Amino acid sequence: MNAHESIAELRRGLLDKRYSAVELTEHCLAEIDTSASLNCFITVARDEAVAAAKAADAAIARGEAGPLTGVPLAHKDVFCTEGVRTTCGSRMLANFIAPYDATVVSKLAAAGAVCLGKTNMDEFAMGSSNETSWFGPARNPWDPERAPGGSSGGSAAAVSAGLVPCATGTDTGGSIRQPAAFCGVTGLKPTYGRVSRYGMVAFASSLDQGGAFARDADDVATLLKIMEGHDPRDSTSTDTGPTAFRGPEPMTIGLPAEYWDNLDAAMGARLEAATRELEAAGHALTTLSLPHTRAAVSAYYVIASAEASANLSRYDGVRFGYRAEASEDIDELYRRSRAEGFGAEVKRRILTGTYALSIGYYDAYYLQAQRVRRLIRQDFLDAFNRVDVIAAPVTPSVAFELGAVTDPVDMYRQDAFTIPASLSGLPAMSMPCGMLDRLPVGLQLIAPHFEEGRILNLAAQYQRRTDWHRRHPDISIDAGSRAEREGADAV
Amino acid sequence: MQFESVIGLEIHVQLATRSKIFSGAATAFGADPNTQACPVDLGLPGVLPVLNREAVRMALTFGLAIDGEIAPTCRFDRKNYFYPDLPKGYQISQFEQPIVGRGKITLESAGGTDKARTIGITRAHLEEDAGKSLHDAFAGLTGVDLNRAGTPLLEVVSDPDLRTPEEAAAFFREMHVLVRTLRICDGNLNEGSMRCDANISVRPVGASELGERTEIKNLNSFRFVERALRHEIERQVDVLESGGQVERETRLYDAERDETRSMRGKELSDDYRYFPDPDLLPVRITPDLLQEARAHLPELPWAKRARYVDDLGLTDYAARALVSDPDTAAFFDAILDSGADARLAANWVMDHVAAMLNRHETDIAQCPVSATQVARLIGRIEDGTISNTAAKTVFDAMWEEGGDIDAIIDAKGLRQMRDTDELARIVARIVDQHPEQVAELRAGKTRLLGFFVGQVMRETRGKADPRQVNALLKQTLGAP
Repeated sequence: MNAHESIAELRRGLLDKRYSAVELTEHCLAEIDTSASLNCFITVARDEAVAAAKAADAAIARGEAGPLTGVPLAHKDVFCTEGVRTTCGSRMLANFIAPYDATVVSKLAAAGAVCLGKTNMDEFAMGSSNETSWFGPARNPWDPERAPGGSSGGSAAAVSAGLVPCATGTDTGGSIRQPAAFCGVTGLKPTYGRVSRYGMVAFASSLDQGGAFARDADDVATLLKIMEGHDPRDSTSTDTGPTAFRGPEPMTIGLPAEYWDNLDAAMGARLEAATRELEAAGHALTTLSLPHTRAAVSAYYVIASAEASANLSRYDGVRFGYRAEASEDIDELYRRSRAEGFGAEVKRRILTGTYALSIGYYDAYYLQAQRVRRLIRQDFLDAFNRVDVIAAPVTPSVAFELGAVTDPVDMYRQDAFTIPASLSGLPAMSMPCGMLDRLPVGLQLIAPHFEEGRILNLAAQYQRRTDWHRRHPDISIDAGSRAEREGADAV
Repeated sequence: MQFESVIGLEIHVQLATRSKIFSGAATAFGADPNTQACPVDLGLPGVLPVLNREAVRMALTFGLAIDGEIAPTCRFDRKNYFYPDLPKGYQISQFEQPIVGRGKITLESAGGTDKARTIGITRAHLEEDAGKSLHDAFAGLTGVDLNRAGTPLLEVVSDPDLRTPEEAAAFFREMHVLVRTLRICDGNLNEGSMRCDANISVRPVGASELGERTEIKNLNSFRFVERALRHEIERQVDVLESGGQVERETRLYDAERDETRSMRGKELSDDYRYFPDPDLLPVRITPDLLQEARAHLPELPWAKRARYVDDLGLTDYAARALVSDPDTAAFFDAILDSGADARLAANWVMDHVAAMLNRHETDIAQCPVSATQVARLIGRIEDGTISNTAAKTVFDAMWEEGGDIDAIIDAKGLRQMRDTDELARIVARIVDQHPEQVAELRAGKTRLLGFFVGQVMRETRGKADPRQVNALLKQTLGAP
């Protein structure tokens, strides 16, 4: 029994009574304790987890096991959980306990999952390294000196380190795919509208989408099946019916020049090896162009920041969250609560967004960014007339060292390959496809709207032919000797 | 120099939906603070708005009533500003694409003149109300009650077509009648169900350019609209006549002191940073939705008044009074439907029914005597069974105890005397018994006729028809 096993394997173990849900939960909780230095969790919900595990064992005993009964899981701390604090990685919400569960949380609980706690993240999901978290960064289990990626870094690291077999995340501009790539796990950002946003603390409402991390594409599919569907409490969630977990056979895979040209040579070599493997599986490769790609990062930071500037106005110290005490009047209460409650990156984006929406700048920034967004989306729609899926890098490099990227704009550029699909509302995933400098490399697969089935299917085929997704860091030994042991540097 | 004023009103109409515009919380007035605010109304992290379909339907019904333009889609925007009773730090409103575009209403006799005036309505849009800040409840602190937060509002904006404070009040009054007739607002001004702001400027008569305007907030009664605008016109004229300039500013009307005072100047004019709310999809106004809204259109106030005057022969005053309250008009119409005479029915509704409702501090929807019963009562007056006075006694008895009209008439002995010979004998007897008064009357003291009528009525214990008694007396006494 260990959480490096897949959901499917653990489920078999539970149903065959090789171990109980309580035992599995206790094991994972112990792993979380042992790995406390990775800082994957902001809150460990020990008592709640054991209680849920007991209920799972009872359900198994009655023969009423659901699809996830007894399977441990962690939620990114952006999802509201009734009774367990939801901090969003911010001092502002360090003591906030929601009076309700997010739809994603209640759906996974109804399927029998045992929630172990809430994972670390960049503050309000704004960041690509986990370093903006008020609780300090989660660390990359492959090398604790390196970033796990962000914003869903805690979830990706927890799955990678074997603390849980699966975890939820959210992706606004790459916040599931980039940490999945950095930590060597499989992560999916579904189509915008596929998964309800109710109870997900908002960053940029037109981009935020809940998704999942797991060992492999099959497990991600299992989670998506439970998480997806129209929610009457989220007007932007869609009712397109359940995901069909299949695609055309064979598929034509498009390789956009704007992503593949100018890649770091070693990175490019590993990614190309992955696409050749897909070719070997019978699929066709073709190059194509997504001409507006280079404008995506700028457009994204205008739109996401504009929406964030309004979404974060509710944190004013009046009703909940951090409040600066002993303020003289309401304006001082606002000013100080927000000055003290928010970190620098959050403030930067609130300022950027406020500026972009102001009289005299709205047309030049916000509206212009929306025009760019439409062009980028149209690029993809045109491309999908020719190809079934698109394959691309997730990140320009493997996981960088904590503290290495200091300029905010350099940090924003980390998301250059993930942002276009976000702006277009497309489903996209990252799957492990090799190692470079003893660190994982991820390949991004992008599908047309509501065609998650295609990329999950393609990834599953790849994962049957390779074992990159099976590799995991050995967190029981220190970093130096790990390098010796892993040696998994080969393509 | 002669000045004229140019006035436009913004009227916030609280829509009478059961739940809020973006949440399932109740909208009832007067609950304990913060007991009708759910996570969505509180703006808790992670919550999302879901549009109330009934609010859309009501706005569309209003749009149809004012002949307003209704585009195939409308949209919600975020209006950003910080205020303690605005939980999200933005208000969800409609900025660029309101649900109702250009429309109009006609004031039939605006501002005391008989000239009808058509007032343009710029737009009407849906938005959520904010909560309330309670400045007096806690010493040195401000309380926040979010029960009202998320209550649906329809903000109706008029063109600057209004020329006098009286006309502005008439417009407000007509909107009040309209939204209540449409059953989209309860119209309780003292509960804030309708709130009015006014934009006002003055200019020399004949000038084509508008003067600098001020906005007056918090005009929550017809009387306040008129009084505040009159004050503000005087103030602006004074400023101009003393060589000054009117400053663009927002002024608050203080009803207790009966004055307006400056709230904030233009140097603090806000940038609300409107942008489309990404949590809400554009609203498609489908033909089905429009049809549903049309099906809710009742007879409109102006059509009803025209019918009362032109078809029923009521006075303009009576028509206006009856239509001013939709429940009263409905009661009146129900009396007519039961076949009663229109003018008698109107008199009854405005006179005795109104008096009884007033005395019992209730409204006509709760009237214990039904319209059908009133119609039958009027029928008994018309067929001469009882006098109008006796009918009031019957009405009061029905109010108190219910029961059958004819049974009450008989039990109280109210049936009118119909035997003319019998009445003639009584008249003759009374005349015989009062020779002195007869002489005085014949000598020209005609007001003594009333004395004789009274005597006869007393003798018949009120059962005689006063008109008949009058006629018989005149005949017997040979009075003019």
